[in-house]
This record gives sequence, C-alpha cells and structure tokens, in this order.
Amino acid sequence: MIRDITIGQYYPVDSVIHRLDPRVKLMGTLIYIISLFLFKSFTGYLVALVFLGAVIKLSRVPLGYILRGLKAVIVLLFFTIGFNIFLTPGQVIWQAWVFKITREGLRSGAFMGIRLIFLIVGSSLMTFTTTPNHLTDGLERLLGPFKRLHMPVHEVSMMMSIALRFIPILLEETDKIMKAQSARGADFESGGLIKKAKSLVPLLVPLFVSAFRRANDLAMAMEARCYRGGEGRTKMKPLKYGRRDYIAYGMIALYLGALFLITRYLWK
Amino acid sequence: MGIVDTRKLVFEYIRRDEEGNVEGINRAVDEVDICVEKGEFIAVLGHNGSGKSTLAKHLNAILMPTEGTVWVGGMDTAEEENLWNIRQTAGMVFQNPDNQIIANVVEEDVGFGPENIGVPTEEIWQRVEESLKAVGMYEYRAHSPNRLSGGQKQRVAIAGIMAMKPECIVLDEPTAMLDPNGRKEVIRTIRQLNQQENVTIILITHYMEEVIHADRVIVMDGGRVVMQGTPREVFSQVELLKKYRLDVPQVTLLAYELKKKGLPIRDGILSIPEFVEEIAKL
Repeated sequence: MIRDITIGQYYPVDSVIHRLDPRVKLMGTLIYIISLFLFKSFTGYLVALVFLGAVIKLSRVPLGYILRGLKAVIVLLFFTIGFNIFLTPGQVIWQAWVFKITREGLRSGAFMGIRLIFLIVGSSLMTFTTTPNHLTDGLERLLGPFKRLHMPVHEVSMMMSIALRFIPILLEETDKIMKAQSARGADFESGGLIKKAKSLVPLLVPLFVSAFRRANDLAMAMEARCYRGGEGRTKMKPLKYGRRDYIAYGMIALYLGALFLITRYLWK
Repeated sequence: MGIVDTRKLVFEYIRRDEEGNVEGINRAVDEVDICVEKGEFIAVLGHNGSGKSTLAKHLNAILMPTEGTVWVGGMDTAEEENLWNIRQTAGMVFQNPDNQIIANVVEEDVGFGPENIGVPTEEIWQRVEESLKAVGMYEYRAHSPNRLSGGQKQRVAIAGIMAMKPECIVLDEPTAMLDPNGRKEVIRTIRQLNQQENVTIILITHYMEEVIHADRVIVMDGGRVVMQGTPREVFSQVELLKKYRLDVPQVTLLAYELKKKGLPIRDGILSIPEFVEEIAKL
C-alpha cells in the first residue's frame, strides 16, 4: 500500500506539451497562476477556461485523471467557498441564526472556487507533463541568475533530484522495517491517534539511522566521482529552446493579451 | 613505479570517549607496501576487520595516510592539488549499489562523472554509450535504476566509473550485497574490462571464488599484508589461509583433503575441470 504513493504523478504519454522545454512550462504555469488573480469578471474566467482546455487537450492527459487530483483539496475548496459565502458583508439574501448569505458573498465564493480549481488543475498539469528530472533542471536554469546573489541554486536542485531518487528506496525500507517490527509484535494498526503516532517511533528511528548512513555513503560515492559542486560542470542533457518553445511563449503572450483586451474593453 | 604504489602505509582510527579524550588507537592498516602494475588484476582478500576496505579508501584519496605514502599514477595522495586527478585516475566502486547511483535514469547516472570533470556534452554521450556497452547495460539506458537487479545496478555503477576513463578501478566488496547470479555477472564484467579495455583492477573481496582469475592475490590480516602471490600459490597454503579465517574454494579444499589422505594430487587446484583432469591421471 505504501508504494502506491507517487510524487509528481508524471503521466507518461507523448504530446506537444510533454515535449516542451521545462522552463516554458514553469514560466507558463507561473504566468497563468498570476493571471487568475488579475481580474474580477466571469468573462476573464471564460478566457482562462478556454486556454486551460486547449492545453489539456494538447497534453493528451485524460480529463478524469486531472480532475481526480482535485479530490485531495476538496475540503480546502469547501472551506474557502463557505467562508466567502457566509462572511462577506453586503446585501443579505438569506439569513438563519448567525449565518447570512449575501449577494456579494455568493459572487466572491464562486470566484474563489473557480480560481482555486483553475489554479490546481493548471499547476498539476505541469507535473503531469514534466518528469521530475526535467522539472529540477528547468528550475536550476530559471533560477540561475540568483547564483550571483550567492543562492545555492545548483545545490538545491541537486538535493531535489537526489530526494526524488531515494523516495522509492526509503519507502521500500519503511515497508521492510514495518514488517520486521510487526514480526516482533509491534502494532501499527490499532489504537487512537496518539497511540498510532507513538507506535511510529520504532519505525522512524531505524529509518532515520538508515537514511543518514545512506547519505554518508552517497556523499562518498559522489566525491569519488569527482563531484565538487556546480562550478565547472558540463551538462549531459543541456536545455535548449526550440521552435516549439518559442511558439509556446507566443501562445502564452497571446493568452495574456486576449485576457487583457476582453476584460478591459469588451465585457467589463 | 606502478599505477598504484604504497610505501609503509599506516592508518590509525582514533577512538575517543564522550569528552573527546583519546581512548585508544586502532591501527587499521599497518605498514603496507603494495605495488600494482598497469593492466594487472589484483585481488585483495581478508576477513572482516582485516583493513582491506581501509586500504581501498586510500587509493581514491578518501582517506589520507597517518604515516607513509600512497602514489596513484605517480601522484602523492596527500597533496591536495592532486585530489581530483587521483579520483579520475583511480575510480572507485562501493559495496551498496543503491547508495552510489545518483540519477533517476541509468544513462544520466553514467553521465554524472563526466559532467563533474567538465567533459563537453557530445563527448559525454559518446562515453556513456561506450561504457554502457562495455558492461552490457546499453539496452537499459533509459530505465530507472530502481527497477534493476542488484547485479545490474552494480554494473551501472561500474559503467559510471568507466565513463570517467580511469586507468584503474578499485572495487570495494562490490558483490557483498548481491545474490550468486549477480555476483557472477559483476565478476564477469570486471574480468572483461580488464582483458578487453586493459583497465587495472583492484578487487577487494572476501569471496574466494572471485579471486581465482586474478593475476595476483594479496591476503590481509590485522592490517598487514600476510600473503602475496598468484592464486595458485596462495591457495596451495590451505593451513595458513585457515589461520587467517579465510576459506579456500571447495574443490581446492577437496583436493587438499584427498592429498592429506595420501592421494598424489598436486597443490593449488583452483577449478573443477582441473581437478577432474588430475583425478583422471590417478
């Protein structure tokens, strides 16, 4: 059961979106998320919906698969919408005891709900179509200018990719330790929340010890292979923008332009 | 001077108590002199705690000698400016295959070493292809290392070292965590690299079966080199090996026991065909 957890949830199909440079996808997602907060009209969301729909269609990731990702945040979604509906002051439509529903509340609740859904779908689309390796590579390159400010950009991206490599190994190890402890009478299943949390101690201690040992070994192996930080390193798979990527940037610009025109001049 | 030379190499682990006072000193390596020629296949044998792994870590400048000197490719490991050249000359493969693979894709892991030493992109690809083919893992280049068997992972680790074009590969118990099949796979790969690519091999192990193909066997005990010679020379001294808590290969032991009972069989038989031939002569 524990091995079913996947991080990043990359959806392996071949599509235009999958083949884009990760930097385009990162920038595009960022711009898209910011754009969602720039306007306050339903027509704006219509434009965002059309754009998102087009990208989903191009990515060839099934819609059901994407929407399943929303399940994880459904509680958050209800809270946000609920708070907005009940707590926004304005023209009261319905009232019971201390609860009031206002016109403005309904409106802003709907906005927040749509925003959140678009935001989650948009950003998960990025992780569906980009392998974790590509993602860390893209991040390293995009954050490259911050190296001048002595930010450890290369080190952070190296840490991320090593963490990704060791997740399945440590999960397997957790499984093993769990079985070993269960064989000696440890009980991970029964009891209340506190008892359950306490029962994790004999699991976590050996896991941490082993993780440190692995880290030590890995550091030695990396040094033995001449690793000495990002200085003077070459890349086996350097990121290069192609025609496809420039077109994608053009599309994003087009989306922003359309959004601006439509929300500003056509239907305010 | 050979590719790897040690003179009067001593390494001491200092044990400290909680206040940091010196409690005792463990001499892990004690006045070791070895000389490895280019292209040789050397096996270093020893029981647990014999100092063989500590010796191996000196050859890659992971540990610095307490006394004495180590030269790798003519460079003194104690001099800091030689460090990266030494690590490029003598590559090192470790025991646990999981803890030495860095990347999430086989080919990217093999490319890690060349990336670190600043090899241009096109040449990295060329080296990755060559090394993966040399260890017979080319068809797995796009796989995740997590899906490979232990022996395959260890071969990927060897390819990762090969891609740095070292003159010498030090393998520190590369088969200790593998099943018998994986063990055979790895040993076959090592021999191939030695014979076809002419890479100097220093294999640290405690499995006797793995050393019968070596050019020279060095036996360590208590930090000292206690025996040295061809596998045949070393394995003919069964009594002495037992004293150092090492087993000899089964057929060698059988031949030895038969000889002790009075059969005229020669010393130092290493393989089953050899033994059969010898028995047929009787």
